Amino acid sequence: MASLIPCPHCGLRPKEEFSIRGDAAPVRPRPDAPFDAWDAYVHLRDNVRGVMHEHWQHVGGCRRWLVVERDTFTHAVHAVTDAADFTRAQGAPTGGGGASAASGTRTGKGRAKR
Amino acid sequence: MSFSRFPDGGLIDRSQVFTFSFDGRSFTGHAGDTLASALLANGVSLMGRSFKYHRPRGLVSGGASEPNALVTVGAGGHREPNLRASMVTLRDGLKAESQNRWPSLGFDLGAVNSALTPFIGAGFYYKTFMWPAALWESLYEPLIRKAAGLGRASHAPDPQVYEKRWAHCDLLVIGAGPAGLMAALAAARTGARVILCDENAAFGGRLLHDRVEIGDADGPGFAAAAISELGSLDRVQLLPATTVFGTYDSGVYGAVERRDGAASGPAQRVWRIVARRAVLAAGAEERPLVFGGNDRPGTMTASAMRGLANAQAIRPGDHVAVFSTGPSGHETARDLIARGLEVTLVDARTEISAAELSASEGARVLKGHVVADTLGSKSVTGIEAVDRATGKRSRIKVDALAMAGGWNPVVHLACQRGDRPVWDAGSGMFLPPASRDGLAAVGSAAGILDLAGCLRSGTAAGEDAAAALGFTPVTAKLPAAREACGGSTGFTTLWHVGEARGKAFVDFQNDVAVSDLGLAVREGYGHVELAKRYTTTGMATDQGKLSNVNAIGILAEQRGLTPDQVGTTTFRPFYTPVSIGALAGEHRGSHYRPVRRSPLDGWARKHGAVFIEAGHWMRPSHFPRDGEAGWKEACDRETLAVRAGVGISDASTLGKIDLSGKDAARFLDRVYTGKMSTLAVGKARYGLMLREDGMVMDDGTVSRLGESHYLITTTTGAAGEAMAHLEFCAQALWPDLDVRLVSVTDQWAQITVAGPASRDVLGRIVDADLSEEAMPFMAAREVTLHSGLAARLFRISFSGELAFELAVPARQGEAVADAIMQAGAPFGITPYGLEALNVLRIEKGFITHAEIDGRVTPGDLGLGKMVSAKKDDFIGRAMLGREGLQDPDRLQLVGLRPVNPAHRILAGGHLLEPGAVPAMANDQGHVSSACWSPHLNSTIALAMVRRGRSRHGEILTVWDPLRGIETRAIVGDPLFLGASAIKAPPRRGLAPVIPARAPGLRLPDLPAVSGIELALCPEAPVLLLSAPVGLDAAVRAAAPAGDGILRPVQPGQALAVGRPGESADALAARLDGPAGASLCELTDARLRLELSGARAGDLISTQSAIDLDDEGFGPGASAPTLFGHVPVQLTRLDAASFEVMVFSTYAGDLVESLIRAIRRL
Repeated sequence: MASLIPCPHCGLRPKEEFSIRGDAAPVRPRPDAPFDAWDAYVHLRDNVRGVMHEHWQHVGGCRRWLVVERDTFTHAVHAVTDAADFTRAQGAPTGGGGASAASGTRTGKGRAKR
Repeated sequence: MSFSRFPDGGLIDRSQVFTFSFDGRSFTGHAGDTLASALLANGVSLMGRSFKYHRPRGLVSGGASEPNALVTVGAGGHREPNLRASMVTLRDGLKAESQNRWPSLGFDLGAVNSALTPFIGAGFYYKTFMWPAALWESLYEPLIRKAAGLGRASHAPDPQVYEKRWAHCDLLVIGAGPAGLMAALAAARTGARVILCDENAAFGGRLLHDRVEIGDADGPGFAAAAISELGSLDRVQLLPATTVFGTYDSGVYGAVERRDGAASGPAQRVWRIVARRAVLAAGAEERPLVFGGNDRPGTMTASAMRGLANAQAIRPGDHVAVFSTGPSGHETARDLIARGLEVTLVDARTEISAAELSASEGARVLKGHVVADTLGSKSVTGIEAVDRATGKRSRIKVDALAMAGGWNPVVHLACQRGDRPVWDAGSGMFLPPASRDGLAAVGSAAGILDLAGCLRSGTAAGEDAAAALGFTPVTAKLPAAREACGGSTGFTTLWHVGEARGKAFVDFQNDVAVSDLGLAVREGYGHVELAKRYTTTGMATDQGKLSNVNAIGILAEQRGLTPDQVGTTTFRPFYTPVSIGALAGEHRGSHYRPVRRSPLDGWARKHGAVFIEAGHWMRPSHFPRDGEAGWKEACDRETLAVRAGVGISDASTLGKIDLSGKDAARFLDRVYTGKMSTLAVGKARYGLMLREDGMVMDDGTVSRLGESHYLITTTTGAAGEAMAHLEFCAQALWPDLDVRLVSVTDQWAQITVAGPASRDVLGRIVDADLSEEAMPFMAAREVTLHSGLAARLFRISFSGELAFELAVPARQGEAVADAIMQAGAPFGITPYGLEALNVLRIEKGFITHAEIDGRVTPGDLGLGKMVSAKKDDFIGRAMLGREGLQDPDRLQLVGLRPVNPAHRILAGGHLLEPGAVPAMANDQGHVSSACWSPHLNSTIALAMVRRGRSRHGEILTVWDPLRGIETRAIVGDPLFLGASAIKAPPRRGLAPVIPARAPGLRLPDLPAVSGIELALCPEAPVLLLSAPVGLDAAVRAAAPAGDGILRPVQPGQALAVGRPGESADALAARLDGPAGASLCELTDARLRLELSGARAGDLISTQSAIDLDDEGFGPGASAPTLFGHVPVQLTRLDAASFEVMVFSTYAGDLVESLIRAIRRL
């Protein structure tokens, strides 16, 4: 019938407005990373019963990629953050580097917690 | 004496007489009747036949749990089976039929099963119909299904309309009995938003059925006053005849509103209610007693008989027996005696409270007795009572029998999310689990069986919920409540009557008797979940609402356990059956998914296009002409015309993505295999995007329009996936790259003009030098048409011919296509569709998603050179290096031609070496695309073949067992047709053609419905302002606050809407965005609709889940949302006026669906 996801940009919305991609924990390896690291990034996923971080896109709304902290058993949504902030917080390479790194960041957590 | 109607009393309106029919016989009833009460008033107590034994059955519980009185209502497409007669509101002209009987309800041949009862107990089917297995589906199942069953579904299309609607509230109250009414009042008085639902057509619950007093009022009077107060509060929504059927995640509740006989609007409405808190006040079901022949018509629960007598003035006969284990039986005796009936009270208890005896004064009370069996055939004519002290049996003649076996709180909605009810040994009831996720049970649903307690617990729950949400409680004094026996608390548990001789039913609907449960235990199926499957107790439409607790009690007895050790089965939605039509809502048939129409749709129609579905799109398949036998003739003609002269087709459906930002070139290098950063301004390049696993995801072109401004095109089918992928890369993988992606698919009508004469034709339209030197292959230019219209021209070809793609603002598309037709007339310009497009590309060996099937690498497609070796990173690079993806044995793209050109090859066939046995081990590959080439007069095909590129000249067999085709074919180069030999001499001196300006937009005729208006917003420019995410505040400050220009889409992005008649440039000049912000014009990519009127909010709630009442969505608020099934930007212009900004290619679909929604209102 419905589950609701609190989009940090749009507010509480039904899951029909979103599409899910999957586990947000794996960090894209550096280009020169060993093959095993790439293999793990592309192919290996945990099938968690409990809380995990997942990439969802609000395709029927703002079209931002989000990281939803969700319990896969109860469907309880604990927090939702913008994927950009999540990536930065992971300490992963964010593509910038040198002069072209964008300056500001936005927490985007305004309406994330319920 | 059978059932009849008292001459006076009850809550029915005797002045309103309704005529209805049951099994073809005509009867009358009154307003305030249900179908069940009206039948009883007419002396009809036999209402159905049981599932397995075809035993005669009548009304048992008289409410939502009714297992027996199932009927089919309506005819043809309106026919609805398995409706509970107790829940069907009587209306004039109602036509109902009984079920599961043949030839008639009174004389049912299937009743022979009843004589076979000793042989067809639990597990009979499992044990008997075992062999031969061949007969399972052919004989046994059809026979069993015919003999055992419920109503038949109508196979005609359902002509009724259904609607879905979102609702939001602070407190949802489920059930409008005494506890629910008080909860709703207590919360509503604080100003909280309250929704009150009750599954019955009238609010009040037991206040309407039982003779009680609250303060100075009787039950119906108190209920009426409460409803009137609730109705006067504008933040309260009352939903009668609405069953809350499910508790879902995040505080969402599903409910279905039945609108039987409503003059207008949907037949049923499914509500999705987002509730911050909820109160479950669903009441309790009276437990039937289990004794011999307890299913005989005329036997019903004591509360059902009492309610029918009090509310619908149903007279059960002259002499009624009441079999009781608690106060409810005495209350029923009181009400029947007050009506002058003779009552025999058979009470299993030896000690009965003075309050009960005082209530049932006048009845003949048999203490310490039980009813062991009933007498009669199609209705009860007597009972056999047993004195438990002496064992003496005595027969008593009665006209009806009431059962009061205690109460089962209706805990379902509190248990649907995994919690189990809790057995309370003291009261002998399963109580709801502890409150969770804001849902609290109150009143008899929480096991509180006295009226005063119900009023108190309801009030407290309403106040608590309001206080928890920050509302200030308003204390009101509760009036005193008076009722028979001081309430229904304190019954004795009696799971079944051991003295019974006849079949004692536990589950009426599934014909499960005590003996069946005993058998299940003896045969090892005593676990509650196994016993359910073995005996079918608790299955079918009633899901054991009356039977489950008795079944658990009996299993407990048989296994020597307590009921809590046996436990309950799992509770799941739906609480009661909901029709599929209601759940589907309006999204069915051709409205199952949205239809997307190209801006050139009108042009294609004018030229007779036959359309084909491609994803959401409707695309021209071919343009048949008079005298052409089928699509193939049209396709051949179109194909030949392109290569010989010039053709025109619609490329608007290709995905078009505007890319800007100072890191745009770096970004492209990372998402394409090739080095895009070296592309010069004014040029386009073909590119491949890979998935991270090294497989090709999509192909398309990238055009560099400016220093950091690109246009990406994707295939039609993968446009959505490619956009989401690019957004993922930009937002999640490399959030610190400065790139902005905007879909401009809807902004541009893209017209392909292909063929040797295409330059001459376009030369008459475009005001630019189109010569080879000025506009070489893969040039991408911003140009102006002779009309002055700004456009984009790309020298791109998917046909292998000289070809151009001209992009013009979408609304001008049809006029420009018309002008091209005119300009091309001297050249015999021919519109061509997808079929010809396919032939043209296969002849040249160009790939589509038939080849890019998710399993191919660039190398497999012969495009290995497009993978840059110079870049250290791009999506898919690391995995593309895998050994398996570099294996020379991989399938490679080749061309195939049949040895005999007349032979067919179809896509999907597999390739084998001649003589090889068809087996996976011998598989050499498969055919991906095939067509008839009118140029080569042969079938040609593209195929993926093992080591294909080294096998040119080999002969393989195309094996297509599904279609029975085997064809010998020669492997070769996928390029079937070399460069065109036709060089049309340039025609000069033809006058320019000036496209007309497109006329203004118009809406179709709209239905006139008061309170709602749909109109087009005045035409005004629309721009998307985008900047890096970090500059969101500056983007939102780009226009003065409160002037209504900006509609925020996402951080760093806002849509700007100009004044009517203003130019896009003028709007851009008024915007004061941050430095480096991009502006992308979307005037033609969006259609703006205005919905206004008092009911605009109602209409929007059928389309979007946005809470319009939220303080957060006041005038000026704007948000992107799914609307029906298309994405829009919803903006509140003022209190009762909304702007719906929709993608223009979805606009037609949205307008149609809004018109349907307005008609339904």
